[in-house]
Amino acid sequence: MSYRNDFLKEVEENVEEGEWVKMCMQCGVCAGSCPFGPHWEHSPQKIFMMIRAGERIQVLSSDSMWMCTSCYNCIVRCPRKLPITHIMHGLANYAHRLGLAPKGQPTRVFAKTFWDNLVKTGRVNELKLTLSHYFRDGFIQGIRNALAMKDIGLGMMKARRINPMELFGGHGLQDLEGFHAIVAKAREIEDRKKGLKNG
Amino acid sequence: MAKKSYAFYPGCSSQLKASASNYLVSVNSMCRILDVQLTQIPDWNCCGASIAYAEGGELPRHAINARNFALAEKHLPGQDIVATCAACWLGARESKERLDVSSALMRETNEALAAGGLHYKAEVNIRHMVEVLIEDFGYEELKKPVVKPLENMKFAGYVGCQTNRPFGIDGESFENPKYLDKMVETLGGEPIGQYDQKVTCCGGALAFSEPEKSQKQIREIVESAYDHGADMIVTPCPLCQANVEIYQSEINKKQGTKFSMPVLYYSQLMTVAYGGSAKDAGLDGHVIPPRKLIDAASKK
Repeated sequence: MSYRNDFLKEVEENVEEGEWVKMCMQCGVCAGSCPFGPHWEHSPQKIFMMIRAGERIQVLSSDSMWMCTSCYNCIVRCPRKLPITHIMHGLANYAHRLGLAPKGQPTRVFAKTFWDNLVKTGRVNELKLTLSHYFRDGFIQGIRNALAMKDIGLGMMKARRINPMELFGGHGLQDLEGFHAIVAKAREIEDRKKGLKNG
Repeated sequence: MAKKSYAFYPGCSSQLKASASNYLVSVNSMCRILDVQLTQIPDWNCCGASIAYAEGGELPRHAINARNFALAEKHLPGQDIVATCAACWLGARESKERLDVSSALMRETNEALAAGGLHYKAEVNIRHMVEVLIEDFGYEELKKPVVKPLENMKFAGYVGCQTNRPFGIDGESFENPKYLDKMVETLGGEPIGQYDQKVTCCGGALAFSEPEKSQKQIREIVESAYDHGADMIVTPCPLCQANVEIYQSEINKKQGTKFSMPVLYYSQLMTVAYGGSAKDAGLDGHVIPPRKLIDAASKK
């Protein structure tokens, strides 16, 4: 095993906060602090070790980064002050953009739905977001999902925290064109830097 | 006290017909009483929340936050940006801090903003509403308008994650922050100091994509509130509020529990303690009605 392999270098160059990976001292506090700890295959410190061992495909196709709830426990407890939450997000993003992240991984699918929803009008439309999520596996499954959650939906409607009219229009930006231009330009710069193609 | 003015960033969930619309109702009432003027950042956009990283990546995420900063600098110069949503505050503050320390990121962000005719000068401060209350008013000052102390009510102060980590409020401990308990005490209510799930994660956005795993978290948060004799849970975060309130019925259905624990915002408690009506406090916006607080609000 070499501590100076190509994959470590690739992570340092292309993954958000990736230059911190080499600082991990394998204490495992992050693993013990994670609320979704029992559900990962590889804890953060294992992921860091795997990066240093050059296990590129195993890392980028791992389900583990997608278990991050963004609770930031690992960040505040890490004795070496690694921004672990951000590294997990960065690895997930990189694996997703390369097309190596697990296909159909629920948080991966939801995260894309969320971003597409917010970019469309500049603000999240919660009703459309929820429905896109329920109907992600087709119409029949969507109806099943929606029916399973109908009590919650009706409760939220009664409390005026969901409104069916949000399906038609809803909130949005006045300068949507400017917003879209900013997002497109930022994407273009980032992709150029990281050697990723658009889309 | 003189009127305080802030550039307000309410966030998507606080909008009319959205899941935290009653949070905004109570914040507006609370600010009216405290003589705080909130002016919305004109044409503000979504912060990306905790889930934008996967598709949005790094620069697009910082660019959309910087768009809000640039709009605030342009239209509300000199005013601190105040967010009520924990995720908005965190997302915005993260972007600001990243831009503050990286001239390369700052240059690229401004290159992106220029495509939309904007420029960010790095002059803004990003704050959460509870920081405004604690730092710009202080507990003593917040006590003065109390006309209806929240007597005989026990509150489990559920701080959650995103107002707590990684930045924290008022320099408090990440493991046992006390500000919410202190606010409850200020309003004459009884905080549950021993509430052991106060900083447990509710699952956040993964309540959607990983419902079973998240509902296990939520069950612990609610169960501990019951174990300690709480009448209500109180929180500063709209996603914590929604997750912990609305999934109780799902947990009941699947696991045979009988949860019916109201989950409130600090601003609703303040509005009621300051003499506001149930409607002023947005208490009509709950799936699990906070009966004790509604009764207190309607008492003359």
